[in-house]
Amino acid sequence: MYKCSEITEKLARGIDASLKRVDCRVVDLLRTACAEETNRRAVWALDQILENDEIAERTDSYPCQDTGVAMLFVTVGTEARFDGDLAAALEGGVRRGYAQARKSIAHPLTRINTQDNTPAVIYYDAVSGDGLKVTFLAKGAGSENMGGVRMLTPSKGRQGIIDAVVNIVGEAGANPCPPILLGVGIGGTMDKACVLSKRALLRPCGEPHPDPLVASLEADILSAVNALGIGAQGLGGNHTALACAAEIFPTHIGMLPVAVTVQCHSVRHTEIDFSR
Amino acid sequence: MSETIKISNDYDVTRLKAGDEVEFSGVIYTARDAAHKRMTEAADRGEPLPFEIKGAAIYYAGPTPAREGEIIGSCGPTTSARMDDYTPRMLDLGLKIMIGKGKRSNAVTESIKKHKAVYLIAVGGVAALIKSRITACEEVAYPDLGCEAIRRLTVDRLPLLVAIDSRGCSILKA
Repeated sequence: MYKCSEITEKLARGIDASLKRVDCRVVDLLRTACAEETNRRAVWALDQILENDEIAERTDSYPCQDTGVAMLFVTVGTEARFDGDLAAALEGGVRRGYAQARKSIAHPLTRINTQDNTPAVIYYDAVSGDGLKVTFLAKGAGSENMGGVRMLTPSKGRQGIIDAVVNIVGEAGANPCPPILLGVGIGGTMDKACVLSKRALLRPCGEPHPDPLVASLEADILSAVNALGIGAQGLGGNHTALACAAEIFPTHIGMLPVAVTVQCHSVRHTEIDFSR
Repeated sequence: MSETIKISNDYDVTRLKAGDEVEFSGVIYTARDAAHKRMTEAADRGEPLPFEIKGAAIYYAGPTPAREGEIIGSCGPTTSARMDDYTPRMLDLGLKIMIGKGKRSNAVTESIKKHKAVYLIAVGGVAALIKSRITACEEVAYPDLGCEAIRRLTVDRLPLLVAIDSRGCSILKA
């Protein structure tokens, strides 16, 4: 039996800590990019990003003021039991985890701020067993606004997928705070592709997909995007994107949905296993 | 961009060229989406803006809350393009310096040229670094907007690049 108060407490602590630290894998990718980059303006930006992430860690500050929409990917066992309402416990964790962070959530029409950064965007996956795992992703607006979805025809194939991603990243230009990370969802339906593009970003940053067919597509997308020359902060150079992660799902014989989530360099996420 | 140009509020911005690396020390006002909407509505009603916009510098930013013992939270630039619809009006009213991140519309570039203003960019996502360069912060308007309230910041050596100069030249990829 899971205690909802403990779920709230543990999630809040996890969110608070992860909002103050950029994923160390991304910092490593940034360091490599900075060492390799020859464009002086891009180096000017990359140097500041590395200094910023170090200051944030040293002073326990938020590396980016946009602490984002809270996204929760919940994997829950069908035999898991709770002493209360799981959804309320998760929202409570978001509320407390964001107590010191920026409150960025507003009504879409009136634009009135909810003042506590809830509601979170939550996706549930039911699995067998009694486990409970939550992956938190802080999604900032600057990069999220630059995402996109393309409903391709199957005839467009592999090259069509690459072209769609390049087109979306090209349109985004300097806006999503490059160097970016790309999450690409391929297949399913329009909405499924979008969720896959988010899930792709939850994998360890920079790690290729286990399926070589997908891994080679990720590598080709990354090369094609970096050939755009947008570079760090849109200032030019070879590092528009640091990594590309793709996830696939079977689709309709008449469809080829491709969704792209653009993630800025300030990658903040954490995974919490409540069954331990 | 061989040398960093030190600039302040009284600097003649027409001397700056796209691509120049600058360090700004002086006073800037934070304003983002909601504050721009209110300022535009105030101007439409013929009311004065909450600060003297003639010759002013606006920083597109909404910080995290200040923690105890601190003057401000993390405070990096937000996407400037979202302010594009309001910007020509602000420039007509005398705005001289804009600080943000990312591209601007053609209408904004034309207006920058017309008014001999300048658009500077900070690095997006370096909010902790910029926080360390802020020496004073005072809320001046719209406190109900929370992080979107207008704040008067005093900054010391804010690292910026000239993205669009007073002749309308830009360094950002279209």
